[in-house]
Amino acid sequence: MINLKESFKESNFRDVGAHIWEHASAVERKIMAVSFIGLAALLPFMGFGLLDTPVSDYGAVLVYPVGMFILMALGLNIVVGKSGLLDLGYVAFFAIGAYTMAILGTRTSLNTWEIMPIGIALAMLAGLILGLPALRLRGDYLAIVTLGFGEIVRISALNTREIGGPNGIANIPVPPSIGPLEFSLNDQKGFFWVVLVMILLTIWMIRRLSVRRAGRAWEAIRQDEDVAELMGVNTLRYKLWSFSLGAAVGGAAGVLYGSKTLFIAPEMFTLNVSILILACVVFGGMGNIWGVMVGAAILAYLPERIRFISDARLLVFGLALVITMNFRPDGILPRKKREKVIVKKEKNNG
Amino acid sequence: MFDTLIDQFWSLTLSGIALGFIYVLVSLGYTMVYGVLRMINFANSEIFMFGTFATIVISRDFLGNVDSPNSLPLPKLILTITLCLVGSMIVSGLVAIFVELVAYRRLRARGTNRLATLISAIGISIVLSEFMRIITHSRPTLNPRVLEKKSLFEIAGANFRIDTVLTIVFAAVLFVVLDRFVKFSRLGRAIRAVSMNEDASKLMGIDLNKVISATFLIGGLMSGAASFFYVLTYENTKFNVGFTLGLAAFTAAVIGGIGNIRGAFFGGLSLGLVEVYASAILGTEWKSVTVFVILVLVLVLKPSGIFGEAVQQTRA
Repeated sequence: MINLKESFKESNFRDVGAHIWEHASAVERKIMAVSFIGLAALLPFMGFGLLDTPVSDYGAVLVYPVGMFILMALGLNIVVGKSGLLDLGYVAFFAIGAYTMAILGTRTSLNTWEIMPIGIALAMLAGLILGLPALRLRGDYLAIVTLGFGEIVRISALNTREIGGPNGIANIPVPPSIGPLEFSLNDQKGFFWVVLVMILLTIWMIRRLSVRRAGRAWEAIRQDEDVAELMGVNTLRYKLWSFSLGAAVGGAAGVLYGSKTLFIAPEMFTLNVSILILACVVFGGMGNIWGVMVGAAILAYLPERIRFISDARLLVFGLALVITMNFRPDGILPRKKREKVIVKKEKNNG
Repeated sequence: MFDTLIDQFWSLTLSGIALGFIYVLVSLGYTMVYGVLRMINFANSEIFMFGTFATIVISRDFLGNVDSPNSLPLPKLILTITLCLVGSMIVSGLVAIFVELVAYRRLRARGTNRLATLISAIGISIVLSEFMRIITHSRPTLNPRVLEKKSLFEIAGANFRIDTVLTIVFAAVLFVVLDRFVKFSRLGRAIRAVSMNEDASKLMGIDLNKVISATFLIGGLMSGAASFFYVLTYENTKFNVGFTLGLAAFTAAVIGGIGNIRGAFFGGLSLGLVEVYASAILGTEWKSVTVFVILVLVLVLKPSGIFGEAVQQTRA
């Protein structure tokens, strides 16, 4: 049974939430999940004109940047938060997804939903190609190699005339309607619901994997790679898994972004995007799904709303990285402390 | 495809060496810090970038030099070069100390994991470059020409311009001074002791914070000197000038074996040459791709570089 009084005795919001969830019955959990999803699905109707930003209306901001950032931050969280691998080239997978959409969408008769699996597959393949050499390296070297990879993808797109070079690709088709749901730029509710479904699928995937072999292997790798290897964890294999799953989410986000913006160019896929997404993950709390979502929502919305920040967006994000790491390395909603749970269980038993 | 390379081989070689010396100086910033901290100084490219702006501000605003096709009169020229070189070194050195204080010190004192330090270093590097982007409105800044770039002499088609010669001579001297300093001075010995064994050097009474600050300072001074030669040669700068140059200098440090000062020398020169040759063959737009591919190849095939320790084994 839920006992709110007990739950709020926990020290931080993350633990309050965990406490409520742990003590809820199966039915209560279902009610909570459904009502939460319902609430999220109704978000486009809840702006009331108060949440509009100076540049665009609330519905559009909800899709990009807020929804997209949350989606990508969740994907990057698999790599950075779960397995402790610093990937500074995440934008590459986003770009690969977007370019797949742009090329196939303008030159073949495939629509967005048919291109989606192709884009995801290509992004995963790129993740494998990069990961096989790069994941043998550790820490800072991995960071620099991934950073270079992100730049390579951008520069290659810039220098390849067949895909538009610096001019990019225009007239990318919007997704075809699903039943009564139409996709247009004037009313972005359709896009928002698609992003929401993708976010939910990603959360579902992360939660499933976290409690299974892969999740345990990632946790072991994050805490101490040498020990994990000694314990018989095939570290390279699980790192590759984490890398290509992260890439898959990035690629999916890219495909959707491509068909939402109608026009893409290499200049949209600079290192800055990788840094923004990394800041979302770090600011919210590495490894914690809720933290990452809250962090991404805040960092995506505030610069849109406050013009002053919007010009200096990256400066603010850089500051967020430094300050979070120095004063609250676990982010605003830290991951649940495993040790704390074990201690509590022992107390209850003894 | 290879025509340009064959036609202009010696002239390319010369500019490769000049570029290589700039890489040598910047890669010292990476290599020295890596030696003591076992961590990449992510903000080194921004430390370099601040140096380039310092040079321009000193020459243009402080000394009031304006663009002219001729060289300044000799006394003023010497004054300009000295002030700009020393000034950019000091500015870069100070920025380096600031970076260490803000991004590294607190985290090191608390003993947090390396991922946290890495992210905080990336954060400060973004802050520095964005700060410069905002105050320069993303526009490139031009340096007034103070030195007529006339040819001194020519050997086998290679044109020894005065700025090229200055760069090579000054950079070589600075490198030798640094090498001697690290080898023989008291502080240099302390730096080497810390890079060999942190705990033992602490027990020997070495003030770790001081040594690490000093290492950042020395790395910053070298990057600052490099930034002066960069501006002398290319006569302009931009907020993101450090990005590709930093990646290349880091690659140079890895080629030579990161943490190894003499390795940085050979790494810098060989990368400068390879980059210039590769640009002649593939075209300049693939320059940074070449550098990156070299970086990955070295890391995968010979991670210890030519002279260094195995980076693969260092802890993440």
